[in-house]
Amino acid sequence: MMTSPRVRIRIALTLLLVAVIAVGCTPGGSVSIVTAPPKPATTGVPDTGPITLTVWDQESGQVGKVWDQLNAEFEQKYPNVTVKRVNRDFGELKTLLSLAMSGPNGPDVVEANQGWPDMGHLVKAGLLLPLDNYAAAYGWRDRVSPNVLRVSSWSPDGKEFGTGSLYGYTTMGELVGVYYNKELLSSLGLTIPTTFNDFEQDLAVAHQAGVVPIAFGNNDAFPGIHEYAEIQDQLAPTSYLTDLIFGTQRTALSFATPENTEAAQTLQDWANADYFSPGFGGGGYDDSVSDFAKGQGLFMITGNWIVENLGADNTQFGFFPMPPMDAHDTPVATGGAGFPLSIAAGSEHPDAAAAYIDWMTSDHASDLLLRTGEIPLHNGKTPDVQPGTLLADVVDAARTVTDGNGVVPYEDWASPTFYDTLTSNIQELMVNRISPDEFVTTVEADYQDFQSSRS
Amino acid sequence: MDISPNVVQGAVSTVGKRARRWGKQDKRERLPGEARRIAYLYIAPAFILYAAFNLWPLVQGANISLFHWDGVSEGTWAGLSNYTDFFTDPLIREGYVHVLQLMVFYAVLPIALGLFLAALLSRIRIRGLTAFRLLLFLPLVITDVATAVAWTWVYDVDGPLSTFLRAVGLGRLVPAQGWLGDFNTALPAVGVFGLWGAFGFCLILFLAGVMKIPASLYEAARVDGANAIHEFFAVTLPGLRYELQVVVVLSVIDTLGTFDEIYVMTSGGPGTATSVPAYLVWRRMFQTSQVGSAAALGITLMLIIFAVTWAINKLMDRWSEDE
Repeated sequence: MMTSPRVRIRIALTLLLVAVIAVGCTPGGSVSIVTAPPKPATTGVPDTGPITLTVWDQESGQVGKVWDQLNAEFEQKYPNVTVKRVNRDFGELKTLLSLAMSGPNGPDVVEANQGWPDMGHLVKAGLLLPLDNYAAAYGWRDRVSPNVLRVSSWSPDGKEFGTGSLYGYTTMGELVGVYYNKELLSSLGLTIPTTFNDFEQDLAVAHQAGVVPIAFGNNDAFPGIHEYAEIQDQLAPTSYLTDLIFGTQRTALSFATPENTEAAQTLQDWANADYFSPGFGGGGYDDSVSDFAKGQGLFMITGNWIVENLGADNTQFGFFPMPPMDAHDTPVATGGAGFPLSIAAGSEHPDAAAAYIDWMTSDHASDLLLRTGEIPLHNGKTPDVQPGTLLADVVDAARTVTDGNGVVPYEDWASPTFYDTLTSNIQELMVNRISPDEFVTTVEADYQDFQSSRS
Repeated sequence: MDISPNVVQGAVSTVGKRARRWGKQDKRERLPGEARRIAYLYIAPAFILYAAFNLWPLVQGANISLFHWDGVSEGTWAGLSNYTDFFTDPLIREGYVHVLQLMVFYAVLPIALGLFLAALLSRIRIRGLTAFRLLLFLPLVITDVATAVAWTWVYDVDGPLSTFLRAVGLGRLVPAQGWLGDFNTALPAVGVFGLWGAFGFCLILFLAGVMKIPASLYEAARVDGANAIHEFFAVTLPGLRYELQVVVVLSVIDTLGTFDEIYVMTSGGPGTATSVPAYLVWRRMFQTSQVGSAAALGITLMLIIFAVTWAINKLMDRWSEDE
């Protein structure tokens, strides 16, 4: 097809114009560092007329229902406040947040995830308010252990993680540990293992008896991280893992350590010894949970969130933290704080938002949330659970690990791409497509890539 | 034949001049079909919508693709580095290799099978063809996501496929990790799912095309002593060339944009064994905050789809001209 010169010139001009526009605008807009508002003289909501508090959260199921109840109670407590709950899927929440905050109906309170990919970006973009003054006024820092606060702490420029100001607050916790089938355990003549070696021996005994040692399905890719992390937590020093994930020493720390390699070797050995559900590579996570609930599997290594599926009052299943190398050591496990609540920097009602966060993290709120399997981490408060139930075991384990400062944050927070790198390489590792050495080398490359880009 | 707009414009303006000479000087007469300014008014509503929802986002996407941007804070200028990643990032290259492999299942096999069956059906007329067509078309009516979830179960290590193979004594063929968990079978397994959907679409179009071919052509071929193979290449295939063009273009576009089944069935895994470009766009946009890279990937994918579609149409047009 021939084009006349005039048309060609027009096309060229249009393209040029588009290019000029394109080069002209930098996405994201300029960044200003947000400072905390002056310390409030009083806590609570100022009674200066009607306030609509917009809350963006990502809770569904039972937890979502508890939130609705808590919101209604908050409105009763402060009659001039209306809570507008906007329930969003997390991916959606993350992408819409910056747009929404510049508009008139942006959120006041946001439930974001911790770590570099999420809260880190929001702090860096100046979209979240530092909560230090509110934390002082309400006494938030005294209510939970420091590691719960640390995972929501950032330098105001968003370049340092695990230090500086508080940008989110929660009193609810999560823990990854070992669920066990009580009947199967006793029928195999076993008791709850007290050391990591005992645990490995139990796996062998179960396998020999024809019982699936660990219920596991890795088609969804994320469960693999938890299997690896629980082994790694026992082998590598806790302080090293925490520093690695927070990136406190930048490029000085390496993922390619003998301990991390050994953890990868152990995971591969377990897979080769058929300690995981047959066909785990193509099996779904939800299916593995329901298989375990039906009695197919002695153990299952996953987080407190399946308490909701198995039943809080269940007595057929129990839970313990992954046993340490030495029985006298404090157990170390992956987990920590649940999703924290943050205040948007653009909120017109930061005081009301802070009062809301205080309400959602109150003892009353945690009593309600406890039934959903979320673990209250308030200092000195004994949660009201029925002894002998699964929930009691989970709460107990979380307390032991938290009190002993043995909580290791989720490893996929370490870099924006860490989740992808870990999940895909664990899948390769578990079917012997890569060696433990190749595994740590690949993950280390991702880690160094990000750390060197942070400057 | 390709008609150049120049020729058309030239013809119209010559006629126009003549018309003007004959008409009155002040009131210019137009021939039907001659360009008029008011036409822009008619086009405007559609164009404004198209510009607002397609062209403007495209310009924005092109803009973002020139930056390293996390989606929230201020982006930093990247120049064309997000585009040169296409040649250096092994994950991107791998994605395109996977898509080429999927092409066998999404385009080559359904078209070949569809043509074969259409050729068979051109020789024999079947009763209840409508019911047959309905069955073949069914996979296209049901949402991809729902069928993909069902197929995940089919492919399970204890699913129907494995159970069947074990029952007939072929249990050793079942991969230890299930069909979607095995690095070698995951991509073909997704491909077979695609084949199942695409095959019905191809066959329906080809069947409609075959019915359009005059029976006299077949009779003439038979009188000339053509066997089934001659008949296929001399009558059926040329008669189906327009349907073939539509099917090839659509299935190639469909393959390049594969996303739903990967998202539902494998999340790009195991490892990165089923990662494809459209899935990478989504992951980088929403999961790993590499928005600039995602935009560049999307635009590259769009350009590749344009180029491939254009090439296919050129080739097919030439073939049609040769006939």
